[in-house]
Amino acid sequence: MNKNSSLRMKLYASPHIVWSAIFIVVPLIMVAYYSFTNADGAFSLENIYRLSDYTTTFLRSLWYGIIATIICFILAYPIAYIISQSKLRIQTTMIMLAMIPMWMNFLIRTYAWMNILEDSGVINKILTTIGLEPVHMINTPGAVILGMVYNFLPYMILPIYSVMTKLDKNLVEAAQDLGAGKVSVFAKVVFPMSVPGIVSGITMVFVPSVSTFYISQKLGGGTFALIGDVIEMQFQISNNFHFGAALSLVLMILILICMAFMNRFSSNEDVGGGMVI
Amino acid sequence: MKNNPVVINLKDVSIKLGGNQILENLNLSIRDKEFITLLGPSGCGKTTTLRLIAGFLEPDSGDILFSDKSVTNVPPHKRQVNTIFQRYALFPNLNVYENIAFGLRLKKIKDSEIRTKVKEMLDLVNLKGFERRTVDSLSGGQQQRVAIARALAVDPKVLLLDEPLGALDLKLRKDMQVELKNIQQRLGITFIYVTHDQEEALSMSDTIVVMDGGDIQQIGTPEEIYNEPNNAFVADFIGESNILDGNMLADYKCKFSGAEFECLDKGFDDGEAVDIVVRPEDVDIVPVEKGMLTGVVTSVTFKGVHFEIIVDIGGFKWMIQTTDYEAVGSKIGLFIEPDAIHIMKKSKYSGMFGDYSSFSDEIEHLSDIVEEE
Repeated sequence: MNKNSSLRMKLYASPHIVWSAIFIVVPLIMVAYYSFTNADGAFSLENIYRLSDYTTTFLRSLWYGIIATIICFILAYPIAYIISQSKLRIQTTMIMLAMIPMWMNFLIRTYAWMNILEDSGVINKILTTIGLEPVHMINTPGAVILGMVYNFLPYMILPIYSVMTKLDKNLVEAAQDLGAGKVSVFAKVVFPMSVPGIVSGITMVFVPSVSTFYISQKLGGGTFALIGDVIEMQFQISNNFHFGAALSLVLMILILICMAFMNRFSSNEDVGGGMVI
Repeated sequence: MKNNPVVINLKDVSIKLGGNQILENLNLSIRDKEFITLLGPSGCGKTTTLRLIAGFLEPDSGDILFSDKSVTNVPPHKRQVNTIFQRYALFPNLNVYENIAFGLRLKKIKDSEIRTKVKEMLDLVNLKGFERRTVDSLSGGQQQRVAIARALAVDPKVLLLDEPLGALDLKLRKDMQVELKNIQQRLGITFIYVTHDQEEALSMSDTIVVMDGGDIQQIGTPEEIYNEPNNAFVADFIGESNILDGNMLADYKCKFSGAEFECLDKGFDDGEAVDIVVRPEDVDIVPVEKGMLTGVVTSVTFKGVHFEIIVDIGGFKWMIQTTDYEAVGSKIGLFIEPDAIHIMKKSKYSGMFGDYSSFSDEIEHLSDIVEEE
């Protein structure tokens, strides 16, 4: 590539660079700035020291996020596999069905789950009608994780489905040809080839799960504050932007560490394609 | 070859795909150590036949036998045949070594034995030292070699090759033809080779099966197929031919283009209408007064080793290959030896081929483009 054309390339990229600078880099710098200053604008480590009060909340958020991601994976992988193996028309319908909940507002979806899980909600009404004891479900960790799984499941299904449809059928036949039965074909071809989709699915479920605040408030009833709730509180109620920024910064670093770990784990088998953060 | 035991037998095999009858009552037997080529144009059913043998397709009716045992319902991974795929189908997540070891690992063979076998296979396909390379870093020809090594590593009795050289350029293709043939002879295993390239088929095969429209048109050695085609389709598909309407007057005597000729064929009814094949290289050009037929040259193309000239004889355009230059518009005589004339029974292909009035190199070239099946 000569100098001239590389210059032109840069020119074409300039709107994107400006956009990224204003809406990604600048806010990040601001978050860092707020984290290390106090209300007077002076440099301070006060916010960082305070973080240790929230160790449990951090761990709980990570833990719930991991569990939700694992459950999503366990549910989504077979679903994506089955969809990718069906006839084209069935595929489109099933992908539509998986996506339709995403078209509905997030708040409405979560409210709907409140109605379903409440002590006097739909499930318990059915249980009492058929003469069973009602079960307390709302405001439990289980309800929060259910909310995460329900809301983020499509983000796991779609990337896995997408790598599976792109899987070269010839590879499956080549494996069969060399003596691989159904199980071996899956273990040696289908699964390794779908790793990029899995990595991107995990990223897309884990990140929002860890940082969510709404789901835990509505389905956890506020008794299980997650780190997203604490951050929201700092900005909305306590009006302490500095501590809120510090919490966000740490959350971001935690997520980055988790992602780096994931990518490292998958890079041996990475075959390109799929999204990695 | 003719005395070798039959290793694969297809009996009355029929199959429909997507509502189309691809094969109907196909019968074919393949002998041990044979290099057999399924040759035909796009959609003739040759790849379907190969996939039936590999086990990727199940016939709607009929039976497929390996050494007299039915394998019709045996899944591909339990069949003792291996396939070289058209686009290689190497596993992109594995390196060259692991690709070749794939089948061996499934057989739970010891690591030390796998190492020996992989090394032996890499030697065989001239890829020494490529063990750690990724599949993506290889050229098309090298990928093809890995695919061959991978299939041969598991010691198949029969190797199935689905247009394996279709994606390679001409020079590389010629080299690989020789190499494949050498490998086949050295290992002494059966090759079932699918191609639409008649030259490839003629130069590599022990036996050629010419297919069209799901039917076998002719089975024979390359010489038989070329010299004694069964019908106008075979005559036209393999090499160049002038195919003429004619009649058998008596044994060893035929008539076409308004003249009578001696020939070597017999056993037809007197006066029976037949198709007559004269290959372009078998026609001698002589002065008009000595010619058995006379015509006017309508075009000349220089082909390197010879000229390809089109001659109009009573409205029918002949192709003749000659080393002597004849100018367009000149009147020439044609001399045809009895052994240059081949008589065929009339078939559904009669009258469809063999006239060069619409001939052009471009169209010929188009029909050589690799098919996508």
